[in-house]
This record gives sequence, C-alpha cells and structure tokens, in this order.
Amino acid sequence: MYRSHVLVCGGTGCTSSHSQEIIEALEREIAANDLTEEIKVVRTGCFGLCALGPIMIVYPEGCFYSRVKVDDIPEIVSEHLLKGRIVTRLLYDETVEEDGDIKALNETDFYKKQVRVALRNCGVINPESLDEYIANDGYQALAKCLTEYTPEQVIQIVTDSGLRGRGGGGFPTGRKWALTAPNQAPQKYVVCNADEGDPGAFMDRSVLEGDPHCLIEAMAIAGYAIGATMGYVYVRAEYPIAVRRLQIAIDDAREAGLLGKDIFGSGFDFDMEIRLGAGAFVCGEETALMTSIEGNRGEPRPRPPYPAVKGLYGCPTVENNVETFANIPQIILKGAEWFASMGTEKSKGTKVFAMGGKIKHSGLVEVPMGTTLREIVEEIGGGIPNGKKFKAAQTGGPSGGCIPVQHFDIPVDYDNLISIGSMMGSGGLIVMDETTCMVDIAKFFLEFTAEESCGKCTPCRIGTKRLLELLEKITNGNGTMEDLDKIEKLCYHIKDNSLCGLGQSAPNPVLSTLKFFRDEYVAHIVDKKCPAGVCKALLTYTIDADKCKGCTLCSRVCPAGAISGTVKNPHVIDPAKCLKCGACMEKCKFGAIEIK
Amino acid sequence: MKSIAELQAIRDQARAKIAMREGSHEGTRIVVGMATCGIAAGARPVLNAFVEEIAKRNIQNVSVVQTGCIGMCQFEPIVEVLAPGKEKVTYGLMDAEKAVRVVTDHIVNGNPVAEYTVAKLMK
Repeated sequence: MYRSHVLVCGGTGCTSSHSQEIIEALEREIAANDLTEEIKVVRTGCFGLCALGPIMIVYPEGCFYSRVKVDDIPEIVSEHLLKGRIVTRLLYDETVEEDGDIKALNETDFYKKQVRVALRNCGVINPESLDEYIANDGYQALAKCLTEYTPEQVIQIVTDSGLRGRGGGGFPTGRKWALTAPNQAPQKYVVCNADEGDPGAFMDRSVLEGDPHCLIEAMAIAGYAIGATMGYVYVRAEYPIAVRRLQIAIDDAREAGLLGKDIFGSGFDFDMEIRLGAGAFVCGEETALMTSIEGNRGEPRPRPPYPAVKGLYGCPTVENNVETFANIPQIILKGAEWFASMGTEKSKGTKVFAMGGKIKHSGLVEVPMGTTLREIVEEIGGGIPNGKKFKAAQTGGPSGGCIPVQHFDIPVDYDNLISIGSMMGSGGLIVMDETTCMVDIAKFFLEFTAEESCGKCTPCRIGTKRLLELLEKITNGNGTMEDLDKIEKLCYHIKDNSLCGLGQSAPNPVLSTLKFFRDEYVAHIVDKKCPAGVCKALLTYTIDADKCKGCTLCSRVCPAGAISGTVKNPHVIDPAKCLKCGACMEKCKFGAIEIK
Repeated sequence: MKSIAELQAIRDQARAKIAMREGSHEGTRIVVGMATCGIAAGARPVLNAFVEEIAKRNIQNVSVVQTGCIGMCQFEPIVEVLAPGKEKVTYGLMDAEKAVRVVTDHIVNGNPVAEYTVAKLMK
C-alpha cells in the first residue's frame, strides 16, 4: 500500500515542458531514497492549468507544485516525500493561504467556477490504468445500459438530457441517435470524430490523453443504442500521445471483455479501432471524415443522404465528437435531469474551452453553459497579463468569429454566440488585447482555411483565395473602401454556395471582425495605419531625436543599412530602405525608436 | 467481463487504492514526525505501519501525512492524531506495533491509548 501518490501531468502541454524527464528523475530519486514501496508516481492526463506546467500534485496533502524542473526533484523527494516538509517555493501561490495553510486546488479561482463532467478524470487518474478508471465508476454506465435499459430508453435519456454536439454544430445528440437507430442494415457504425483541427484547440486531445476509457465506454453505449457493433475513432496522427493511450485503453478493454463479444453477458457485441488522419482540416467535416476512413481522399460529399441513412461504407452511422461522447457515461449514471439542470434553456450541461492567447492562465477549462465570457476570461483565466485591456475573444476557430468587449457579459451558449455572429465551435477560445490587429486576425484564419480548403467546390477553393488576397491588399496599405463591399459580398457568396461546413463558415472571422471592428479596416484603408501596430507595411519606424544619444548601436544592427548618423548625434531612419524588422528597436537602450 | 458483479469487485478494490486523491482535508489526520530526528528514531516503519493498517481495515476518511520536527526529539518517533472536533493526541516513542494498536483502539474505537502519549511519557 502506498502512503503517498505523486501525480505528474502527462498531457501534451506538460510533456513538451519535460514532464517525462521529471517522472524519470522522480522515480530515480525515489529509488535512491528507498521509497519505491511507499510512494507511487502516476502519470495523468491534463490538469488544465497548462500555463503553470509542468504540474505535480502530491497526495494525501494535495500539494500543487507548478513549473517543476528536473533540478527541483531531489529537493521534493528528500524534503517532502521523505520528511514531509512541503517545498513551499514551488507551490502554486493561489493554493497557499495567508496563514500558510494549503488550500484545496478546487478552491482556487481557476478551478472554483469549473464543473468538470467531460474532464472529470483528466488529471485525476492514470489514463493507462483500466483499474483506476473503474475505481471512478468507469464502465458502470455501460453495464447499466446493457442490463437495465433498452436501446430506446438509452436514446430517450440522451435526448432528455439536452446534450448537443460539442464539435461545433450543436446538433442534438439524442436526435442524431434516434434518426440512426430505426434504419435497418446488416451493419451500422459508431464513429468518433477526434480530428480536432482548429488552431489552438486541444479539448478532445486532452480527453483522449487523460481519460481514453471514457470514450470507449461511450462509444459502446452509442453502439448499443443504435444497433452498431463496430466503432472507429478517427484521430489525427499529430496526436501521438493520445493515439498511444487510446490504443492501450482499447487493448485493455478488449482483454477485460469490455469490448468484444457478449459484453456483461448481455449478448451485445462491440469492438472498435483507431483510424489515423493525416491532418487535413477538412477531414473534421463528417462526410469527408468517413470518406477518409474508407481509404479515399478526404473530401466532403453533399448531404442528404445524411450519415444516419448512408454513412461509413454506405451504412447507417452515428458520428459524434470526443467531448460529446465524454459526457455520455455521466448522463447515464446521474440521469438526464442532472445534466439538464446545468446550462441554459437550449444549451445544457458544460462546455470545455481551450483558452489561449493574451491570457494569464492559458489552459483547459470546463464551465456550465451560460457562464459569461467575463467570468471565463477574468475570473478563471486570471485576466489579461501585463496590464493590457481586453479587446475581443475569438471562439470557434477558423469557423467562428470575434466577441468584442461590448458583449463581454454575454452568457456563452450555442444560440447566444450565433446571435452575435460567432459560434461555439469546438471550444477554442483565443483572447486578444489591444495589441492585436483584427484585420490581421481575420487574415490569419483566412490563410488557414484557404490552405485547408480541399478544392472540391469552387466557392471555397477560389473564394477563400480571393478573399485572402483582398485582406492582404488592405494590410499592405493598398486597400480601397470599395474593397470592403467586395469582401462582404464575396463572404456571403462563399457562405451560401460552399459544399461543406469548411467553406460555409470560412468567412465568419472576416464578417465578424468587419461587423465589430470596421473602424480598424477603415484605418488601414484610409489612414494607412494599423492601430494595433501589427501590420508591418503600415508601420513607420522613427527615431526620437531628443532621446537618441547617438550611440550608433541601431545603425550597426540594421540589416538594411537604413539608419544613418554620426557618433553622439541623433540618428535617422530612411523609410525607403527600412525593412520594419524591429531589430533597432529591440537593441535601443534609450527607448528612442518609435513605431507609428 | 461477464457480469456486473465482476465490475463492482474490481471497482471496490481499485477505489481503496486511489481514495487518497479525493483531496479532502476533512476527517482524521495522523501526522508522523519525519524530520531527521524522527527518521533516525525509526519513524518510517511507524508511518508505513499506519498506512498499511488503515488500508487493511479499509478505514475511510483518515489520512496519514508526515511533518517536520516539533522540538521534542527525545520522544521521536512522534505521532499526532487530529480528529475533527476533538483534542489533539500526541504519541511518543512509537514503533510499528504501537501504531497498530493506536489504529485499533484510537482510530477505530475512539479510545486514545493513554500510556503511549507524550503527556504520560513526560511524567
């Protein structure tokens, strides 16, 4: 029996900040202190507070160590694990109370407002241990479905819960299952969309890495509900940790008889396999995804027929996203009313957001639907760093839009976000401050969608390219006011005529920035200025003659030889030669160089 | 997995192993002095005896933690039992056998073992 558990985050964020080396060092030090029998080291999934990684929690005390380095390990082992003296300098400051007592992690601002349903096991259990999943009521929901409920009852529970697709569309999950179940076919499929492609989004990745059995259980439940015996998880090959842990989980589940024939003696058979995607964004679209699983080039096809009728290999198929599935076991165990009691009228339950950008606590949060953007950004996320002001938040990635400061208090749910021209999307939440140029952001997402357009339909293939060119024209300072009208017209054309969700939503970032930040577009066009100081072509570097001491440093670092002047006399930048690289500004010791 | 009973059995067994991660600060705390003086006097076997006995008896809501030196090194290994709403009980000169008795008498039955307490030892 271990007297202490040391949980180290093994999510992708913390792994990239060397949590693997930390685990190795821990095990080495623990062995050197002859504590191997007493202390258990557990690699978990993501805790969510990625900004403070690598993260370590020591139980039973519940000490939360942040930004742990390999060099800290000997001290943690000899002081804390051996002698019980907590290494206070490494504690996350919010967990230490004024009197020096340690506060439980879920009482800190970051966790206090969170309600973890889909993420409930992430950072709590070892994702590679079936026993730990079972200890936290794992596979109880599947057992309950197979032995107590008919497939119709399962669908009814999911319908009553009000769960909607978490991948972005927000289609009611229960209805999707109910549409698929009655379709008779010799073979039906359950497909999990784990092709998370929005820049900056890592919700599904964390569930796969932190709680893979949850997905297996949910897919088996879906299989039982619709009468499918086979499932596929389509996950991108760029998620190696997720793929490996999911494969371990599938193998373990199969060995334990939780996948395979006659599960729980109920006569129900279900098995599943992983299919790796090559990373094309369009494969997150459901028909393209299925085409890709079939071994063909990942391109969407027109709907109808919907997958419920004709999906994978022409068979009736239910396709849900990882986070959607991750809610299912809890809904079965705690009941539809419990789930429906959280959230807003039309958006029930919780939503996971991957917070990034100009925010103090970037990371993964799960909050009830209807939590305001202000609460998410300021209270949970800790606000904007460096005393800057909140300007806008971008949700829904390349398919979504911006939420400006005047909508900061909007309760976040599917319908509210659509009403202001953004969308929930899969849960990417990028926070922007006053140093972010909104035209540049729109251009960034357009670059992404233009690159990722599969090319099958013309409005998306050529439309996004032309739209991008217009945006580039503006950020280069060559735009005209007529271009704005052209942009708007083109946006609606692409939206109305594209074949799949990629094209239909690609203009959203442009439309929403145009709606809320039109003045910035105008500043680029009319004043030839970028108010945020981002668009290089519109910036002029000048030297303040009063501040310049004539040290000649700037002229020496200038790669273009654009700065002239003699020692101890103010220097001058030749705008015709200046490349706007910023090298001079970085080096100037007197703050004499300004951007206008 | 052929039956729910099988799943429940695994769950009950596995649950005990991760119970300490509940992170609850309520319940009884058994604090073992594990500073250099404590370790030299044999605190580690005492600590482990507590952990094993608690696990063996499947006692819930009790955590075993370490602490540093509290200044009475001559009485190490020292163990404090802090139960909510009760006076703190401090035991001295502990060993693994005494630990087992503290668990049975004090933790399970609520009768502190007077003869092991530091108060008694100091007399």
